[in-house]
Amino acid sequence: MKLPVQRAKIVFWLALAALLLLPFVTDALLGRGWVRIADFAMLYIMLALGLNIVVGLAGLLDLGYIAFFAVGAYCYALTGSPHLALAFPSLFPGGVHLPFWIVLPLAALVAGGFGVLLGAPTLRLRGDYLAIVTLGFGEIIRIFLNNLNAPLNLTNGPQGISRIDPIRVADVSLNASQEIFGITLPSVHLYFYLFLAFTALVIFISRRLEKSRIGRAWMAIREDEVAASAMGINTRNLKLLAFAMGAMFGGVSGTLFAGFQGFVSPESFSLMESIMVLCMVVLGGMGNIAGVILGGVLLALLPEVLRHGIVPLQQALFGKTVVDPESLRMLLFGGALIVMMLYRPAGLLPSRVRRRELDTDEAA
Amino acid sequence: MNNIAALPLLQLSSIGKQFGGLSALSDVSLHIRRGEIYGLIGPNGAGKTTLFNVITGLYQANAGEFQFNGHSYKACKPHVLAQAGIARTFQNIRLFANLTALENVMIGRHLRTRAGVFGALLHNLATRNEERAIAKRAGELLHYVGIEKPGQTLAKHLSYGEQRRLEIARALATDPLLLALDEPAAGMNATETESLKALLQMIRASGITVLLIEHDVKLIMGLCDRVAVLDYGKKIAEGIPEEVRLNPGVIAAYLGGGDE
Ligand SMILES: Nc1ncnc2c1ncn2[C@@H]1O[C@H](COP(=O)(O)OP(=O)(O)O)[C@@H](O)[C@H]1O
Ligand SMILES: [Mg+2]
Repeated sequence: MKLPVQRAKIVFWLALAALLLLPFVTDALLGRGWVRIADFAMLYIMLALGLNIVVGLAGLLDLGYIAFFAVGAYCYALTGSPHLALAFPSLFPGGVHLPFWIVLPLAALVAGGFGVLLGAPTLRLRGDYLAIVTLGFGEIIRIFLNNLNAPLNLTNGPQGISRIDPIRVADVSLNASQEIFGITLPSVHLYFYLFLAFTALVIFISRRLEKSRIGRAWMAIREDEVAASAMGINTRNLKLLAFAMGAMFGGVSGTLFAGFQGFVSPESFSLMESIMVLCMVVLGGMGNIAGVILGGVLLALLPEVLRHGIVPLQQALFGKTVVDPESLRMLLFGGALIVMMLYRPAGLLPSRVRRRELDTDEAA
Repeated sequence: MNNIAALPLLQLSSIGKQFGGLSALSDVSLHIRRGEIYGLIGPNGAGKTTLFNVITGLYQANAGEFQFNGHSYKACKPHVLAQAGIARTFQNIRLFANLTALENVMIGRHLRTRAGVFGALLHNLATRNEERAIAKRAGELLHYVGIEKPGQTLAKHLSYGEQRRLEIARALATDPLLLALDEPAAGMNATETESLKALLQMIRASGITVLLIEHDVKLIMGLCDRVAVLDYGKKIAEGIPEEVRLNPGVIAAYLGGGDE
């Protein structure tokens, strides 16, 4: 009994060390751009883990999930940029400029509120119908952001909001390199560590929820809503809770995104992004945290690998770019999903239960 | 207090339920006393399952109301009635198929336990103790209903008879006053039915009132204190099993309504 625990500890510390060194190794081997890509990958992982609560645990197919990412991002964009000062000089003469650490929990709450707001009308819907309505809600949020620049310029419309304050940790701006213990940490490295901490927190919360009374009630609803309610589960409240928790994860990720990028526009919150996040959940293994993380990493890296790999490859082979990497991305993406559904329908790392079920099927 | 204990546990008053033009239940009144095993029989389509759905809140009755444990219920959500102490099984087994047997029963403990999101996140002493108690109770209930396979077996990988018993264990986990069983012996062989009978007697001896829909006449006769017969949504007879069996109306309903 003692050995596996010790081994798990060793693995944990090794993995932690590897993750801490990752930005330096990546920087040295592949260049700084890839550290930035890793930062974005972690934002996606947080999103995918949030959606996993809604889809993977509670079984509510949500196709408009990116809306909560947008809500978080715009919360920080509005309160952390000069936009409000420019749009409403009399109301906010100096802008709002709330500190990031105040906006973050507020944004999580606002996103959670939107989760409840958008979840409430869908409580009686299931499956395809739920998917279509949530898809509509996601688009509505994006269209609002796109058009709320007149008559009052709330969101600055399609131009988006720029000059968002960088995230500050203990009065240190993450937008400039910092010297710590004689090691120079560039901005992307600082964000890497911040996002790593948040990802760890999100994983921790996901695990705790999954193994709790609440998590079991969500799974009961996923498995059979009628039986769940007959067993005394208040399905309405628990579904709303799932929407709210998932939306909060999305809101946190969105806030980090806005601070990291310094700029947000409605373009970042298209339906395609919702589908991307859903694919991360499904591809990796719905309901399994490790699988969802793997799905997030793979799908966040894929377009970049294509962008950086395919163009030079084509140049070398044909002397020109024959296929645009963007369209190739969609092609590969669709192909990968079809192959997955055929050969690994439960995902790359199926959830514990599904894996067990496959084992037994093989044995039988 | 005394007052409530003297009342019947469940009292239906003129319950009616319509589906479009079809009257699935009309003017059904009956009462179930504390501690008895009450049988509900009738040909297929007589409205037995519909009656279960009404008293467990899955359907809202169009007419009438019922009293349970001294409170009136008219249009109530299923979880409210489960909280009040009515637990049920389903005619076509509705387990949480991809969860383990143990998890199925643990979910039955949901409404008698409290840990919320903060409990889950903090995982404090109270939550840990509660989780331990839930798992312990669920394990005991699996044993109680006679499921000897490991609790980690997926519900859908249990045998048919075990699935029916798992549904009973899950219902018992809600600490019910009334356990409503919709054809629990359906598809069971003679030995399984015999052990089901012993289980139901044990459940009744533990103080839980049982409402039983069943087709197996031998089981009904050997087990029930009183029986009601439904036909085309109407109660056509009620009484002790021997009386009901000889009731001409009941014989006619069974002969006319096709063989059961
Ligand atoms: N949800 C429903 N919609 C329409 N008709 C229903 C519904 N549920 C039951 N019925 C009808 O009500 C009648 C009684 O059904 P049921 O209660 O299932 O009978 P039993 O359980 O006694 O075999 C049947 O004619 C059935 O078709
Ligand atoms: Mg029936």
